Order: sequence, then C-alpha cells, then structure tokens
Amino acid sequence: MAEEIKLMKGNEAIAHAAIRYGCDGYFGYPITPQSEVLETLEELMPWETTGMVVLQAESEVAAINMVYGGAATGKAVMTSSSSPGVSLKQEGISYIAAAELPALIVNVMRGGPGLGTIQPSQADYFQATKGGGHGDYHLIVLAPATVQEMADFVGLGFDLSFKYRTPAMILADGIVGQMMEKVVLPEPRPRRTAEEIAEQCPWAATGKHGRKERNVMTSLELEPDKMEVNNLRLQETYKRIEENEVRYKEYHVEDAEYLIVAFGSVARICLKAIEDARARGIKIGLLRPITLWPFPSDRLKELSSKIKGILTVELNAGQMIEDVKLAVECKIPVYHFGRMGGIVPNPGEVMNAFNNCFGEASNNSDL
Amino acid sequence: MTSEDIIKNGSVVYSRPRLLNERNTHYCPGCSHGVVHRILAELLDEMGLEDKAIGVAPVGCAVFAYNYIDVDWIEAAHGRAPAVATAANRLNPENVVFTYQGDGDLAAIGTAETIHAANRGENIVMIFINNAIYGMTGGQMAPTTLLGQKTATSPYGRRADINGFPIKMSDILAQLDGTCYVTRQAVHTPAAVRKAKKALRTAFENAIAKRGTSVVEFVSTCNSGWKLSPAKANEWMAANMFEKYPLGDLKSI
Repeated sequence: MAEEIKLMKGNEAIAHAAIRYGCDGYFGYPITPQSEVLETLEELMPWETTGMVVLQAESEVAAINMVYGGAATGKAVMTSSSSPGVSLKQEGISYIAAAELPALIVNVMRGGPGLGTIQPSQADYFQATKGGGHGDYHLIVLAPATVQEMADFVGLGFDLSFKYRTPAMILADGIVGQMMEKVVLPEPRPRRTAEEIAEQCPWAATGKHGRKERNVMTSLELEPDKMEVNNLRLQETYKRIEENEVRYKEYHVEDAEYLIVAFGSVARICLKAIEDARARGIKIGLLRPITLWPFPSDRLKELSSKIKGILTVELNAGQMIEDVKLAVECKIPVYHFGRMGGIVPNPGEVMNAFNNCFGEASNNSDL
Repeated sequence: MTSEDIIKNGSVVYSRPRLLNERNTHYCPGCSHGVVHRILAELLDEMGLEDKAIGVAPVGCAVFAYNYIDVDWIEAAHGRAPAVATAANRLNPENVVFTYQGDGDLAAIGTAETIHAANRGENIVMIFINNAIYGMTGGQMAPTTLLGQKTATSPYGRRADINGFPIKMSDILAQLDGTCYVTRQAVHTPAAVRKAKKALRTAFENAIAKRGTSVVEFVSTCNSGWKLSPAKANEWMAANMFEKYPLGDLKSI
C-alpha cells in the first residue's frame, strides 16, 4: 500500500505523531507559535480512541509538573510550549532529569528575551543544550528541519528518553512549527498496557501491586556522599548518550573547502545558499546537527583538518558557535552570522555573510 | 475483642500501624505530623489501599513523608503536588492518589495548582497541614500565620498592613464546584484524632468513588517553630488558631 501523504503544519504533525506513538498523556498551555499542538489534540479527541489523556493546564508550571507526575508512574507523557513558557517549565524539567524520568518536551522557539516576539527564533539553544534549569543535567535535544522530522522526532524523542530514563526535547524554531509541508505520519501503535509498563518501568510509582518495596520518585538526597553518587550516575548516563546518540546530516561535505553549520529550518536556507555558491564554483558544505545535545563535536573536529573555515548561521546572537569552536579547538576560523527578533535571513544574506568572513579566500577560488 | 480481653495482661491493644515503617522520623517530638501520619497509615491499611495508593509529598516538613509510609510516592517540587497528583490520577484512574502538603506548599507557592486541581474536581485527596508557620526552613511566616504571630520573618508579629491577612484556604476551596468534601480537623485530643480519622476516611472514600476533590485540613502544631512545649503548643493552638480556623466540615456533598 502506498504511503499516505498528508499536508499539515509542523505543530499539527507533533499532535498526530503523539497519538500514533501511543503517548499516554499531553499537558499543555496555549502560547504562540505552538498552540496548534494542544488545539489539534483537543480536536482529535484521542481519549475516545487510544485513551490518551489531553489536558489544558492552568499554567506552563502546572503542565510540566503534570508531566513529572505522569512520567513518575511510567507513562509516556509530553508537553509543548514556546520560549517564555519553556522558561517557566525549567524547574520541572530539572526535577524530571534529576528523578531520572522519561518525558518529551517540545519548544517551538520564538524571539526573546522577555515576552519578545511571536516570530521564529533559535535563541533558546543555550537553555536547551546546557541544562536550562538548576543543577548538572542535560536533555537529549533534537532539532527538526522539516515537518516530517517534527513527526518523526516525537517517536525518536520518546524512545531515547525511555532508553536512558532522561527527558528529551524537540527544539524547533517557529518556522518548522508553523509551516505546512508534506508528511508521512508514523504507523499507529497501541499504548503500552499496565503489564508492559510494569515490566519496562519497574521503578515507577504505580501502586505497590504486591511489590515488597515501595517505589519512590524523588530527586532529594541530603547526604552528600549519596547525592554525589546520584550525580555521578546522571553523568554516566550522559556519557553513554554522547557515545551512542549523536545524529547529524551532511550535505556536499566530501569536497568542501568551507563549512556552514546550521540547524533547524535555517539549515535549509543555508543549503540553498550553498547550492547557489557551488554553481559558481565555491565549494561549501553543510553540517546540520540533528542532536544539538549530544553535539556532533567529533565529526566537526575531524572535518576541521580538511576545511579552511566554518560559518555558523543561527537565528540568535551566536550560541551554537561556542560548541563549534570547542569542537574544532579554534584550529580554523569560525564565524557567526545571525538574525534576531524574528527576522529570517534569505540565501543571499547568508552568502554575503560568508563572503564577508571568507571573502579573500573564496575570491581566490578557481571561479 | 471484649473489654475483658483488652484489660488482660500482655494483650496488644495498640501498636505501630503495619504501613508505618520503623524508620525514625525527622519530625520534632510532639508535632501534629506524627499523629496524622499514623492515622493515614492506619487508614491506607484498613481500606486495603496499600497496592493502589500513590502519595505525593510536598516540599516542607513532610518532604520525607515517603520515608515513613509504605506505599508508592512521588516527591513533588514546592507547591506542585496537586499538578503531579492530577496526572498521576488521570493516567491511572484505578489508583488512589493523595497529596500531603503544608500551608506554605498548598496556600502560598502552590496556590494556583491547589485551586485549579480542586476546581477541575480531580479525584484526589489533599491532606493539608496548617501550622501557621514554615517549619522545615526554620519558622518563617506562612500565608496562614495569624495576625500578631511572631515568626523568623515577622519577628515583631504579623502585620496586616505589611503582610496581608492569614488566608483561609479551605474556605476558598469549599466554594469551588470541583470539591465534594472540605473539612477542618485537628489531632490535639484523642476525641479529635478519632474525628479526624473518620474525616480522612470519608475523603478517601470520595476519591475511590470519584466524587471530586476532597480536602482535609489539619489545624496543627509546630512546637519547635512556635517555641512552645508540645502540651503548650496544643493549648496555644486551641486558644488562638481555632478562632481563625474553626474545626468542622465546610462542605460535604
């Protein structure tokens, strides 16, 4: 049977994919530009079909704590919001990470700081990849560039978060959330049964059901020796994730003399710029990190011995560039080009920025 | 057991509830938490809820409640227990979910979560320890601190013009359509303990029957925070707290 191709917004794809994944609960609060996630779920009424719970909470704070409560019982639960709302969720996200619970958080980024703007941005890169809340922790951060990836990363995010018992985040820019594209939705699968949850999540607070020891989901430990052990266990998990879960895509890298590093929808704008440049003989490649954490540092380091310089293009004042510089250990020049406040650059602007950074070198190319 | 049996030498008439484990609690001797823990543990056992109960612990003195009562627990962030309980219950409707919160947790930092969980009529039990002070952090002013009451952050007594008024949270919750049972109890005398346990039983019966949100407020002592002996603290509570927080059912449907 041919795959069923649908046309929808990225935010709508998130909602459809959640139901099809067998998500147990979604807890949200309206905020532009991601409200279609909650709206679509309310319209689809999955509680009538899969039994998925959908609830509009009184705040982003309540929503993330509902996610914490649901995750603590072993359920596959998620929330979505946009930048100011995700700031409000940070306390809860820290608790979820500390209690070693699986959960999916979607941030469809808008411009900041403060109330900022409802237009697209990538300014929450630091917040998402460096922890965000208090304490030493990381999220697995997935950066979709297409509506298809919005749909696909729901399942990937849940799978990774259950595999490592740590929260995962889909960090989308407002463009990917709002734009409509063709998408093939994942095959529907049933929600896990109570028996399957008991088997897969023996740690969960489900009621003792004959268990001798009670299960307690907590992040509190007042004895320093034990608290350090808890921290070391988290760091061990992060190390395993860094070793096994780095994901990225490369375009035209084989013969590249220069590299653009960009994520999300911006990578697509850069790809167009690169293809235009290649038509004129300038050999630029693109590396698009899919996992922003863990970051593809090893690959960038490897590439740094073959290329002359890197331009990062971001919808912010220069955030991912720090990770790129760390990866290449400043052995080659790394520059940043960014637009802020909801402005999205066009391929021509990207090329101008590239020429400003590498003008001399690129002018010397055999055009 | 007849009264003849009870008075016989060596017969056990009162013992540690099965679900209250033997770990030493961190509670100060004489505070109300010990008694409330005891009747809660007794009830969970008597009502056959050991396998179904999920407790949600607060931040505050009862933060370690999960160490003492042998059921599954989730430790919530400060004030967020009703949100945590909302999801735990909605996703597991066959379970019985309760929160155990102090006045700072339930009536200050968690006011929004408390009101909205109750307003949605979540089928949960909220156990509310109102001792008019922040015990865990060392006796600071609480939303329920009485006017004139001295605390670490109102050292000359709470003043309405600076600090506002003690909040009657159960009265607010009783007005919401989502609550089915709101009651104010205390555990300072044996008679009060028996009444309080009956009230708590009603609350759990409501949760099982999915009648809506039940709130059981315990007007409580904090002898350390109040700097009074346990006996004097009980006297002070009866003389001062009950006027502002009168005992009895505020709502029962």
